[in-house]
Amino acid sequence: MNPMNYVILAAILFSIGAAAVLLRRNAIVAFMGVELMLNAANLALVAFSRIHGELDGQIMAFFVMVVAAAEVVVGLAIIIAVFRARQTISLDEPAELKG
Amino acid sequence: MQSLIWLAIALPLASAAVLLCLGRRADAWGHWMGVAASGGAFLVGLGALIEMLGKPAEERALDTTLYTFIPGGDLHVDVGLLADPLSITFVLLITFVGTLIHVYSVAYMEHDKDRRRFFAYLNLFVAAMLLLVLADSYLLLFVGWEGVGVASYLLIGFWNYKPEYATAANKAFVVNRIGDIGLIIAMGIMFTTFGALDFATIGELAGNASTATLTAAGLALLLAACGKSAQFPLQSWLGDAMAGPTPVSALIHAATMVTAGVYLIVRSAPIFEGAPNAQVVVAIVGAITLTLGALIGMAKDDIKKALAASTMSQIGYMMLAAGLGPVGYAFAIFHLITHGFFKAGMFLGAGSVMHAMNDQVDMRRFGALKGAMVVTWVTFGLGWLAILGVPPFSGYWSKDKIIESAFVGEGWQPWVFGLTALIGAGLTAFYMSRLFFMTFHGKARWTDEVHPHESPALMTVPMIILAVGSAFLGLILATGDRFTTWLEPVTGHVEHHEPVLPVAVIVALTLILVALGAVGAWFKYGRAEVPQEAPSASLATITARNDFFQDSVNRAVFQRPGQHVTRTLVYADAAIVDGAVNKQARGWSSLGSASRKLQTGQVRSYAATMLVGLVIVIAVIVVGGL
Repeated sequence: MNPMNYVILAAILFSIGAAAVLLRRNAIVAFMGVELMLNAANLALVAFSRIHGELDGQIMAFFVMVVAAAEVVVGLAIIIAVFRARQTISLDEPAELKG
Repeated sequence: MQSLIWLAIALPLASAAVLLCLGRRADAWGHWMGVAASGGAFLVGLGALIEMLGKPAEERALDTTLYTFIPGGDLHVDVGLLADPLSITFVLLITFVGTLIHVYSVAYMEHDKDRRRFFAYLNLFVAAMLLLVLADSYLLLFVGWEGVGVASYLLIGFWNYKPEYATAANKAFVVNRIGDIGLIIAMGIMFTTFGALDFATIGELAGNASTATLTAAGLALLLAACGKSAQFPLQSWLGDAMAGPTPVSALIHAATMVTAGVYLIVRSAPIFEGAPNAQVVVAIVGAITLTLGALIGMAKDDIKKALAASTMSQIGYMMLAAGLGPVGYAFAIFHLITHGFFKAGMFLGAGSVMHAMNDQVDMRRFGALKGAMVVTWVTFGLGWLAILGVPPFSGYWSKDKIIESAFVGEGWQPWVFGLTALIGAGLTAFYMSRLFFMTFHGKARWTDEVHPHESPALMTVPMIILAVGSAFLGLILATGDRFTTWLEPVTGHVEHHEPVLPVAVIVALTLILVALGAVGAWFKYGRAEVPQEAPSASLATITARNDFFQDSVNRAVFQRPGQHVTRTLVYADAAIVDGAVNKQARGWSSLGSASRKLQTGQVRSYAATMLVGLVIVIAVIVVGGL
C-alpha cells in the first residue's frame, strides 16, 4: 500500500482535531481535539519514517507520546481547577485576560 | 610664632566645628569657647607681630607652605600662608576687633536661644577672614573669600524666620556672587598669562605682561572688590545686610569683611602697577561711592542703615586711595584700620542704643539719650569725632592723608579726586553729626513703652576699648610715619609728592568743611525740633532715602530682563525638549492601547490565530519553495 495514504489520513485527522479545538466550547472535547492533532502528527512522523527508510521519525513519535501523556496530566488538572472555581468547563467563560 | 600662624585659622575653625557638631549640648559654655578661640587667634597674631618686629624690615615676610592643594601638571597650587606686614596688620585688626565683638555678643545675644549657633558662625567667619588675608595665592584667597561670603550670608539671615531678613541674606549672597565671578575671571586671566596664581610669582612676572592683559585682570579684580566691599555699582546689598544682629554689622559689615575688596586691590598692586587705566577706574569707583554713600547717609532715619551708608562712603575713601597707586596704598590700609575701630565702636554703640530702646532703629524716636546712657554716649562720641576727622582723633590722621594724596598728580585727576574727597569730608561731618545729635541730643521723642538704660559691662567694656582705639590709635600709628614704614616692604617705598594745593590749605579747607557740616547738623537736628515722622521732602531727599533707586534700577535693568530670559528658557524647555519626549511617549502608548485589543481573553481565538499563522508559514514555505 502506498505510504502516502497514511500522510493524507494524518492530514485529515489533524484537520478534524483542529476543527474540534476551534469550534467546540466544551473544554474536554477541545482537549480531545488536541490529542487527535498530536496523534495525527505521530502518524505523519511514522509514515515519513517509512517513506525515507529511516528510524528518526519513529523515535520522534515516542517523544511525542511522552509529551502527550504529560500534557494530558497537566491539561486535565487545569480543567478540573477551572471547574472547581467556576462550575463550568466552557472555554469561552474564563476571559479575565481580555486586554 | 610666625611659622605657627596657621593656628590663628585653625583655632576658630575648630571651635566653629565643635559648636556646630555638639549642638545643644554646648549651649551652656559654647559662647565662651567662641570668645576663647577668637582670643587665641589674636594671641597667635600678636606673637607673630612681636617676632616680625624683631627682624629687619626686608626679612619680615614669611611664606609657609602647609601642603599641596592641587598637584596637577601646569596648575600646581600649594596651601601656603604669607605672614607679611600687610597680612599681620589685618590679622590683628580682625582678631582684636573680632574678640571684642565676641565678648559684646555674649551679652547682646543673651536672650537668643540660638546664641551657640551665632558664635559658631562668628568663629567660622573669623577663620575664613583670616584665611583670606593670610593666603599666599589668589586661589587660596578665593577659598577665604567664599568662606566669608557664606558666613556673612548665614549671619545676615540669622533671624531668618522673618522673611524679609532671609531675603536680605539672599540679596547679599547673589550680589556678592557677581563680584566673585570677577575674581574667577581675574584668576583665569592671570593663570593663562603667568601660569601661576601665587602672589610671589605674579609679582615677579607682572612687568612682562601687556598693558591690555593687566588692565583686563585689574578691572576683573575691581569687580570682585566692588561686590565684597559694596562699591558702586554693586553697593545695593549693604543696606539690607543690616538685617543681621548688630554685632554682625559691626564685625562683618563695617570692620572686616567689607574691607576685603580694599585688601584685594592693595595685594594686587603689581597688576595695577602696569594698568594705569584700571587704577583710575578704581579711584573713580571710590569717588562715586564715597559721594553716593554720604548722600544716602544724610537721608536715612534708620540708625543702622545710616551707619551702613557711612561704611560704604568710608570704604569709598579707601578705594579712592587704593586707586591712587603706591602713594595711597598705605593710607588706604591706615584708614581701613582706624575705620575698623571707630565704625565697629559706633555699631556696637548703635547696638547698645537698640538694646535700650526695645530694638527700635528709627532715630526720629530717639533723642536725649545722653543722660540715660552715659557710657554709650561718650564712646559713640569718640567714634563720631574720629570719623569726622577732628584732630587729634584717629580719623584725622588717616582721612586727611587720603585727601592730601588725592590732590597729588597731574592734569584733571587731582582736582576731581581731591575735591570729591574734600567735599565728602564735609558731607561725612553733616550726616554723622545728624546721626549723633538725633540719637543722643535734642528732646526725647521716645515711644511710650521704652525705658532707656545703660547696657551691661560685657557690652560697654568692648565699646570703651574700641573708643580708646578710635581716639588714640591714629595718633600712635601716625607718629613718625610708623605705620607707613611698617607697610613699606609690601606697598613699596614712595617718594614724597607735593599736592597741587599746599598741604596747609588742604588741611584748613577740610577742617572748615567739617566744622560747617557739624554745625549745620547741630542747628537742624540738635537745637531745632526733629519731627517724629519723616516730613515730606524734596526730590533729592527722597532719592537719597531710597538709596538712589538702586533697587529699582537693578530690578528694571537686570532682574526683569533676566526673569524674562529664564521664563523663555523654561517655556522652551517645557514645549520643545519635554514636548518632543512626551509626544513620542504618547505615540508608543497609543500604539500599545491599540494592540491591546488583540488580547481578547478567548482561548479559542488564540488557537485560531496560531492555526492561521501556521497555515501562512506553510503556505510561504510551499509556494515560495524555500
